[in-house]
Amino acid sequence: MMQSRELTSSLRNLPKCTNRRNQHTVWSLSKPCATSKERVIVMSQQVVFKKNKWLPYILLAPQIVITIVFFFWPAITSLRLALYRTTPFGDRTFFVGSQNFQRLFASPQYQRSLITTLMFSASVTLLGVAISLCIALLLNQAVRGRTVYRTAILWPYGVALPISGILWMFMMHPTFGIVPYFFEGIIDFNFDWILNGNAAMLLVILTAIWTNLGYNVAFFLAGLQAIPKSLQEAALVDGATSLKAIRYITLPLLSPTTFFLLVMNVVYSLFDTFGLIDAVTKGGPGNATEILIYKAYKDGIISLNLGSSAAQSVILMVLATLLTVFQFGFIERKVSY
Amino acid sequence: MVITGCIFTILKEGNLSGGMDYRLPITVTHSHKLDLYCLHKIIRGRVVLVYQDFRIRGGISVRFSSKNLVALVVLTVILAGASVANAKTQIDFWFSLGGQLGETVQQLVTDFNNSQDEFEVVAFFRGAYAESMTAAIAAYRAGNAPHILQVYEVGTQTMLLSGAIYPVYQLMEEQGIEIDWDDFVSAVYAYYTHEGDLYSLPFNSSSPIFFYNRDIFEAAGLDPDRPPQTWQEVEEYSRQIIESGAARYGFTTGWPAWVQLETMHAWHGLPFASQGNGFDGLDVELLINGEFGMKHMSALARWQEEGIFHYGGRGDSANWIFMNEDAAMMPHSSALIGSMKQSGLNWDAAMLPHWGEPYPMTNTIIGGATLWVLKGHSEEEYRGVAEFLNFVAQPEQQAWWHKQTGYVPITNSAAAILEAEGHFEKEPYQRIAIDQLNYSDPTPDTKGLRLGNFVEIRNVVEEEMENIFAGNKSVEDGLNDAVKRANQLLEEFAEMYQ
Amino acid sequence: MSQKTAKQTNVLGGLQLNKVNWEKLYIHLLLITIVLIIGFPLIYAFAISTQSLQEVVGRPTLRISNNLLGNYREAWVRSDLGRLLFNSIFVALPSTIGKITMAILSAFAIVFFNFRFKSLAFWTIFITLMLPVPVRIVSTYQVISDLGWLNSYVGLTVPLMASATGTFFFRQFYRTIPGELVEASQIDGAGPMRFLWSVLLPNSWANIAALFVVLFIFGWNQYLWPLMITHTKEMRVVVVGLRSLIPGGGEMLPEWNIVMAAAMIALVLPVIVILSLQKYFVELMIETEK
Repeated sequence: MMQSRELTSSLRNLPKCTNRRNQHTVWSLSKPCATSKERVIVMSQQVVFKKNKWLPYILLAPQIVITIVFFFWPAITSLRLALYRTTPFGDRTFFVGSQNFQRLFASPQYQRSLITTLMFSASVTLLGVAISLCIALLLNQAVRGRTVYRTAILWPYGVALPISGILWMFMMHPTFGIVPYFFEGIIDFNFDWILNGNAAMLLVILTAIWTNLGYNVAFFLAGLQAIPKSLQEAALVDGATSLKAIRYITLPLLSPTTFFLLVMNVVYSLFDTFGLIDAVTKGGPGNATEILIYKAYKDGIISLNLGSSAAQSVILMVLATLLTVFQFGFIERKVSY
Repeated sequence: MVITGCIFTILKEGNLSGGMDYRLPITVTHSHKLDLYCLHKIIRGRVVLVYQDFRIRGGISVRFSSKNLVALVVLTVILAGASVANAKTQIDFWFSLGGQLGETVQQLVTDFNNSQDEFEVVAFFRGAYAESMTAAIAAYRAGNAPHILQVYEVGTQTMLLSGAIYPVYQLMEEQGIEIDWDDFVSAVYAYYTHEGDLYSLPFNSSSPIFFYNRDIFEAAGLDPDRPPQTWQEVEEYSRQIIESGAARYGFTTGWPAWVQLETMHAWHGLPFASQGNGFDGLDVELLINGEFGMKHMSALARWQEEGIFHYGGRGDSANWIFMNEDAAMMPHSSALIGSMKQSGLNWDAAMLPHWGEPYPMTNTIIGGATLWVLKGHSEEEYRGVAEFLNFVAQPEQQAWWHKQTGYVPITNSAAAILEAEGHFEKEPYQRIAIDQLNYSDPTPDTKGLRLGNFVEIRNVVEEEMENIFAGNKSVEDGLNDAVKRANQLLEEFAEMYQ
Repeated sequence: MSQKTAKQTNVLGGLQLNKVNWEKLYIHLLLITIVLIIGFPLIYAFAISTQSLQEVVGRPTLRISNNLLGNYREAWVRSDLGRLLFNSIFVALPSTIGKITMAILSAFAIVFFNFRFKSLAFWTIFITLMLPVPVRIVSTYQVISDLGWLNSYVGLTVPLMASATGTFFFRQFYRTIPGELVEASQIDGAGPMRFLWSVLLPNSWANIAALFVVLFIFGWNQYLWPLMITHTKEMRVVVVGLRSLIPGGGEMLPEWNIVMAAAMIALVLPVIVILSLQKYFVELMIETEK
């Protein structure tokens, strides 16, 4: 296609940016071309359709309607409970103001849970995205049998969450798990996550990364396809090592996908991992793996303490929003569209 | 011949509870008459079909002729439109037992459905106990609660105070069904009564018993016919087992909080919480950091360190340590007997160990779940619910249920049937739980536990037990923290119901 | 395609022949290791699904035993898997297609138009990611009940359809579309819908395929929601059926061999989806380059 040929030719002048108009595509990212300030300006210069006044609203309508009916309406009803204390069947409801929040912040368990969550979330996101990126890059190589490799790596993503949690618990159990059993004879290391909090943390992080790996790899693979092969070939012809080609061509071009995955993994680790924790450690030992969403789940679904669970959700949402605003505000500037 | 199906949602004002009977005769041929009975009810402004019946009178053949063609079309439309073919009053029963246990529940329900033709109980697996309770709450709030809900013992206080229930004793009374409450096993009955009346029907009840591995005992030079009777003996035996290399650990435990603290307190005649374990009021405090709690937990903590005891995780995750023959002994729910039989292990079971003097040996407490009846249904339906619960409580059903599942039979007459059949001679271990529950008449301290926020309290207790076993906290600190956190939860619960 | 691969190898091979071969070998070794590590839980699960309960209970082993047929038949019959799989398809497929369609439209509106409430619209959609499911499940149930959608395919699928994932993902992708393409199509007199249909969509297949795989599996693996809103056996989905094979309350040993057999059967369709779609999201570029 014309586009890729154009890009290939401009690759030859890698350090210089001859085509300023193309800044929002590839070359704005190679260092000498544009400072981050310039890039922000470029980003806001998205070419748009101007004449159609009503079309965007029509296009958005289905999703917005569904979102309001099935998300906002019920969410507001539930989150309102953060200011109340209510019995499970709803026969008594008292307004308690900020008491639910005060109790949470006063609880040392909850404070620890905050820190646990940040650790868990950061590890799952950073490690998960990094590992997936490496795997996707490997899978993108022109090697024989890559269809098999790809399927084998995406396959675990299909496992139902209740099953994957149980599977890991089963596999890694210090006494009857097959993995410790194999390693028992080789190294003298007791991975006792039943009583050792750090080991338990490591285990749930690994499980969470494994569970979401297929998701990340699939999107990375799709993102890699947007990068013309000819570009990489050209770079190699010009004598760049493949690592350099990855650093200066693949990664920048992949940055929209990477950004997407960073955000989605933060969300995943903060909100979607309660089932997994429930299956593997139930928040234990002690409170070592009790992350915020698991506590909200436990207090809401298991202990039926709807007021506190709603308050916890509000806190979680604030935390997630802060993280997201940070990501959109700071990290997205480094993304080249 | 009865064809089922009905689509008439005729909107007509009617009384809310009574229901209305619509009868629509359709002439199919000259000689055959087709009657359609529909019983509708208005629930929350919507007409809902509760009973439907088609009858072709005078024969079953319907001839195709131009005259009855129209009628046939109508019939077809009716049949096609019928959402659920159902000729009986439907009773919804949500339960949480999966696997083979779930199949046994379905069998029980099928037996009931075949035993009469007025009601049809539809038993439906609703996920784990917590999930099914949440589902029932959502359904209740939206006005479509099930008739019967299986709730675990830790949810008893929540259900009792929910205002959403129809107490079982009252249901039976109002439906004119005589039940001999005195026939119920007292430790089972007492756990679920409120001010002397039974509020929910015990369904699956079990009690912790002491499992041990006969092969390991023999390998260690112990007599497999003489299991340990005291905790001191458990320690001795364990040492011998470990030293002889017969197994890696002496013992592990299923359900740490339920077995080691809740049951152990009752087994030694001691209260787990104040206010008669919560039966007498909502201002309850936990008492597990008392002298006995400290003694027992200190022993466990010391044994954990020495490898005599091996903590295997919360809930039932310690099972496998025993199944794997890594541990020689394990106190665990008596309902595990069924799985033990399948495991291929050379196992046996005994009564739980006791610390001996100065503590009395009283009775153990149960765990499991009961059937609660929820409000908001018609008189007719409640008649069916009562019939079903009565069926479940019958001695024959209980005896069968016990043999299928290993759960304790809830009445003495059921136990008598089993006795007469020679069941306990064949399987003596099936008796242990019953004997333990009946070991003494339950005292106010040993009849059961009635705590609000109980699920979370169990979690808190197990968290602190883990902190103790991991060596992060001293026994004293761990138990004190458990009590402090649990009291906070109890206080929060009490606030809600004042 | 093969020509292209050959050419690539040539480009690389022409430079440093020996090194490249080693590189390929390394890549293979690395990939095999990764596949083994990542696939291990499933290999183990498969092994369990062929064993008898006694084997499962004993020392853990990866041995493929001879109970395969018996276990799979048992799993199939016991949870009526045929019906469950059928239902799961009817939940996963419509919700996936619905989601992708809506996501394409809404991301298109957000990226290629300037209008008031633009960022409000984006954040309205985006924030749905941050509402924890457990907390809103009781009130969402209420909404579905009021609509009369309990125990129906509509109730199972429609609430799943509003997906911020899709919108966000397409937003990321659309923003990489060069402005020239938009301008060119405007000069050609093509309207926005025309542009969406003949320019954006043909370039989106890789993304659609990846999204399809992910969302299909997401829909396929739904548990809590179907559990809440269905109440007849006829409407059960496969994960709920799987869960019902595990005894609750921990009073009985789960028959892991049967559970894993059912899990393996439940995995077949997601794997078929991955297999049939992966070539779209990994080999598209080679096609277009021709």
